[in-house]
Amino acid sequence: MKTLLDTWLVYSRAMKLNLKQPVWLVVMLIQPLYFLIFFAPLLNGLDGAPGFEAGAMETFVPGLIIMMALFGSTFVGFSLIAELRAGVIERMRVTPVSRAALLIGRTFATVTTTLFQALLLVVLAAPIGGLTIYWPGVFLMLGIIVLTSFMLGALSYGVAIVLKSEDTLAPVLNTFVQPIMLLSGIMLPMALAPAWLQNVADFNPFYYAVEAARSLFEGDMGANAIWQAAVYIGGLAIVLVWWATRKFARAVA
Amino acid sequence: MLIETKGLKKTFKSRGKEVEAVRGVDLAVKEGEVFGLLGPNGAGKTTTMRMLSTLIEPTDGHAVVCGHDLAKQSAAVRRDIGYVGQEGGTWGEVTAREELVMQGRLYGMSKKTALARAVEVLEAFQLGEYADRNVKTYSGGQKRRLDIALGIMHQPKLLFLDEPTTGLDPQSRAHMWDEVRGLRERGTAIFLTTHYLDEADALCDRLAIIDHGEIVAEGTPLELKKEVAGDVVLIGVADQAAEARTLLGDKAFVREAEAGAPDPATGVALLRLYVDDGAAALPELLRALDTAHIAPASIELHRPSLDDVFLKQTGRSLREEH
Repeated sequence: MKTLLDTWLVYSRAMKLNLKQPVWLVVMLIQPLYFLIFFAPLLNGLDGAPGFEAGAMETFVPGLIIMMALFGSTFVGFSLIAELRAGVIERMRVTPVSRAALLIGRTFATVTTTLFQALLLVVLAAPIGGLTIYWPGVFLMLGIIVLTSFMLGALSYGVAIVLKSEDTLAPVLNTFVQPIMLLSGIMLPMALAPAWLQNVADFNPFYYAVEAARSLFEGDMGANAIWQAAVYIGGLAIVLVWWATRKFARAVA
Repeated sequence: MLIETKGLKKTFKSRGKEVEAVRGVDLAVKEGEVFGLLGPNGAGKTTTMRMLSTLIEPTDGHAVVCGHDLAKQSAAVRRDIGYVGQEGGTWGEVTAREELVMQGRLYGMSKKTALARAVEVLEAFQLGEYADRNVKTYSGGQKRRLDIALGIMHQPKLLFLDEPTTGLDPQSRAHMWDEVRGLRERGTAIFLTTHYLDEADALCDRLAIIDHGEIVAEGTPLELKKEVAGDVVLIGVADQAAEARTLLGDKAFVREAEAGAPDPATGVALLRLYVDDGAAALPELLRALDTAHIAPASIELHRPSLDDVFLKQTGRSLREEH
């Protein structure tokens, strides 16, 4: 009960901070919009080609949304470092607040903004990219976005609290996130990959997230990638939340 | 006793090397007193405070804080203490009222109680008119007042203040001292760290001097200064410093006399005379100099300071480091 209330308190504070800087909600949308406007048209000629059987936009936009969730959640740790430096985390750790709430409340706030951005991107992609929206699939895909964002938010906060410096956080996170993005077939479907690359991608949970998002956009609600993504990313999320909570409990600011 | 520690130790591992930050500290803090931990930077003050406020675990030793075992009942300790860190505890686009209410609720207050208490605290710390402004617009003094307001939101029995006046201008510093005294009058015990001698002297009922992770002296400021004994008379003499030293050092009431090196610019050397009672000794010393036709360039009567205590215990001056 106490943990729930504390989580809510930490969440509301983080959301209030997000809402006071609404520019962030929009900034994260700019990169995917660039891709949508300046890159997506290159794919239009591939409609129906191998890997794009469901349509070029219907293949590209789901990947783009996962990419946005990936980048939007991976770099939230930066805001934590500013708060660490200002003593905010230390101040809260001396209160009887639940240690798990300190992390989970913040991570939920990350999930909320990511969901909002994802939804906005779907709606914008329809007129800009000529995407056909299959709403039941979109809603299930938002579930995958929640798991992805939750997992990466927790990871980013945990790494931030370990490194405590923006200067090291950026390269460390980039080293993680770039191969993860490339190996998930976000830009072009992995169906185009040579066998060895496909084999490597099989170990990347985000590959399943992207595949699941594509199936859901097509309206294929029974694709294996959907439960695979949920299990792999959900499992990782549990492990990373547990790990990051421990880091929060022991952090020396 | 609000705090009692036995052999409190903290060893950090840094790049394979072990650093003993605190090496066996025994402390006792009584209800309602202002207790100061005085020492230079890196002496182990903050580490000791972090251990006592549950932020880091001691490597060894035992402590009871507000009647709870620090190692086994950290949750109970947290409910009874307040803590204000060196960096403060607020930042950016939040208002004082929002932060205070959140703080109260983290301690289990209802929203209504927290709102009412926030108004009380804002009033007490003269933050009323800034209550709904973002803290990034606050001056150093206002921010510091909010930090402390956050620390006492839940009316703790014991408040930890880590270097409460570092970085404040003299006026804000004087205000802060008043706040600390006010809190004590209302029954809150305060445990503070400082590297300012005047702060420790003026503010603390009792204090402990810490150096290299060990307590080197503990007592009231007066007791500590008495240990060093007597007063110090400083007399500047232009040419006959050696003569004057012999002349005055031979007096029965002068315990010890030292002559410093002459100042290269003025040629004045400073004689340091340790006496029991400076006021009684001064006329006699002047008479002796007059008889010997030595004219003093300067005279100063110096009561022993906490720096003299530090000097005696550690062989170094705290002033030299700042």
